[in-house]
Amino acid sequence: MVVTPGHNIDLAERAYRIRRNALLMGEVQGQGYIGQALDIADVLAVSYFHAMRFRPEDPKWEGRDRFLLSNGHYAIALYAALIEAGIIPEEELETYGSDDSRLPMSGMAAYTPCMEMSGGSLGLGLSIAVGMCLGLKRKESSCRVYTLFSDGELDEGSVWEAIMSASHWKLDNLIGVIDVNNQQADGPSTQVMAFEPLVDKLQAFGWYVQRVDGNDLQAVVAAFDAARDYPEPKPRMIVCDTRMGKGVPFLEDREKNHFIRVEPHEWQLALDALDAGRNI
Amino acid sequence: MSHSTKPRAGASAKPRLTTSAMIASIAAEGQRTKPAPFGHALVELARTRPEVVGMTADLGKYTDLHIFGREFPDRYYQMGMAEQLLMGAAAGMAHEGALPFATTYAVFASRRAYDFIHQTIAEENLNVKIACALPGLTSGYGPSHQAAEDLALFRAMPNMTVIDPCDAHEIEQVVPAIAAHSGPVYMRLLRGQVPLVLDEYNYRFELGKAKLLRDGAEVLIVSSGIMTMRALEVAQAMEADKVGVAVLHVPTIKPLDTEAILREAGKTGRMVVVAENHTVIGGLGEAVAGLLMRSGVHPTFRQIGLPDEFLAAGALPTLHDRYGISTSAIRARIKSWL
Repeated sequence: MVVTPGHNIDLAERAYRIRRNALLMGEVQGQGYIGQALDIADVLAVSYFHAMRFRPEDPKWEGRDRFLLSNGHYAIALYAALIEAGIIPEEELETYGSDDSRLPMSGMAAYTPCMEMSGGSLGLGLSIAVGMCLGLKRKESSCRVYTLFSDGELDEGSVWEAIMSASHWKLDNLIGVIDVNNQQADGPSTQVMAFEPLVDKLQAFGWYVQRVDGNDLQAVVAAFDAARDYPEPKPRMIVCDTRMGKGVPFLEDREKNHFIRVEPHEWQLALDALDAGRNI
Repeated sequence: MSHSTKPRAGASAKPRLTTSAMIASIAAEGQRTKPAPFGHALVELARTRPEVVGMTADLGKYTDLHIFGREFPDRYYQMGMAEQLLMGAAAGMAHEGALPFATTYAVFASRRAYDFIHQTIAEENLNVKIACALPGLTSGYGPSHQAAEDLALFRAMPNMTVIDPCDAHEIEQVVPAIAAHSGPVYMRLLRGQVPLVLDEYNYRFELGKAKLLRDGAEVLIVSSGIMTMRALEVAQAMEADKVGVAVLHVPTIKPLDTEAILREAGKTGRMVVVAENHTVIGGLGEAVAGLLMRSGVHPTFRQIGLPDEFLAAGALPTLHDRYGISTSAIRARIKSWL
């Protein structure tokens, strides 16, 4: 159920605006994890404008679905979505990464409405999610906890502690989303640490697992729906294969790096390229 | 690490104690004790506070949390032998309005799960109470279980309140007191048959307060945790030496009761001896020293604590003697300083 103004705007347009907001923030600082923001925009569009319950005017509304950003460096992407969702005013976009801004470069709970955890140190989110899901069950709440994390975080042992635990506690209110863009700090994630076959591993750990093209909106919608509707008492994982820089062809084609460099004059080119691809 | 500090067969004329068990009682023979004060106090608290939950990482039985678990099975969360998960999940619980008491050993909370406590609990000032058994040198099992540096690590963490209780009487009072405090707390935990000492001193625990348990003209011992028990024994023993020993008990390591410490340490003519069951680096001793220096109070200052080295395995009485934190060792050192 979508509880947000303008619910008739289609998801492709939402995803476009999230990408645009992210590029505008990147331009403010001249840098940012823009490759990741562009790759995850479709997943965030589906999360905020299809799957999750929330009230833009009341970020701490008890009935909201929780969203944990375990990969705190994706904050630029989440801010872009929160702006589009009307939770953060659009004017604040210009403060991104600046002194005294509510939008620091790494996501922190104390700074930003609807940022529900402090990331930066990777591999924390799923453990928090386990506790939140247990806490929600104690309260007999029907809210869900969506937890986004990156493929690189699979290297952290604590992630697997949480994966085991979520299954042990039958946390059917936990929906994990992994961004497999195959990039982490030192190179391609699959080369840094062999985490495949991911679906088999997660299934063996007792999760209901789907793997989709994370830049195919219809596929992502179907996966979120199936995760919500799955009848068995298991935690749910959606493995999303995504393309760094998605929506800006020259960034998609740029040599793949964890931190994509964008030259000062390229931000406008990127916005133009994004516009050119709108609604196709 | 020097091998000369390691026990050798035949090195001593005394009978060799052979217990290097993980769990050893810190109660002296014949000492009054009380069983599982933490577990029972938590049960008491939970009767009127439905938001209290107990969480542990495969050490429920060894932190007395099993007593809570027996009484409130639906509020007891076994998180498996996974301390990072335990702390992250406790944060998640606190986010959802629960008041988690998370237990493990002090070594695992302070060393293995530090970043999780720092980032998921302390950074958000969440209401999580971390209670940890085997603080300082209370296990003869070796460095894996000897938390000689836990106070230094948690003192350094912003938002964290740090408590080092002395005995069963105090632990019973610490539990409701930290529940009444909003924010994260690290509490050193004595479990099993816990010595009972402070009830004879008409003592009341107050968060953030140091208490003068006895007065004396020549020496002021500033101490926390089980070292207060030892300090009181030393003070009594030194009556025979005609040395007046005052004991200031400082169970709240952070925030420090600066007023009481400056008041007592500022009384002229007394040697100040800080005694702690902790490495001499970064604990109560250095906290007090820094406070005195910053405040221009300069008494003769001495420190009793564990050396900056990996400690040996062995029987606790042997180790406490060797590292200078047994009653007789403290007494001898203070006499040598007078």
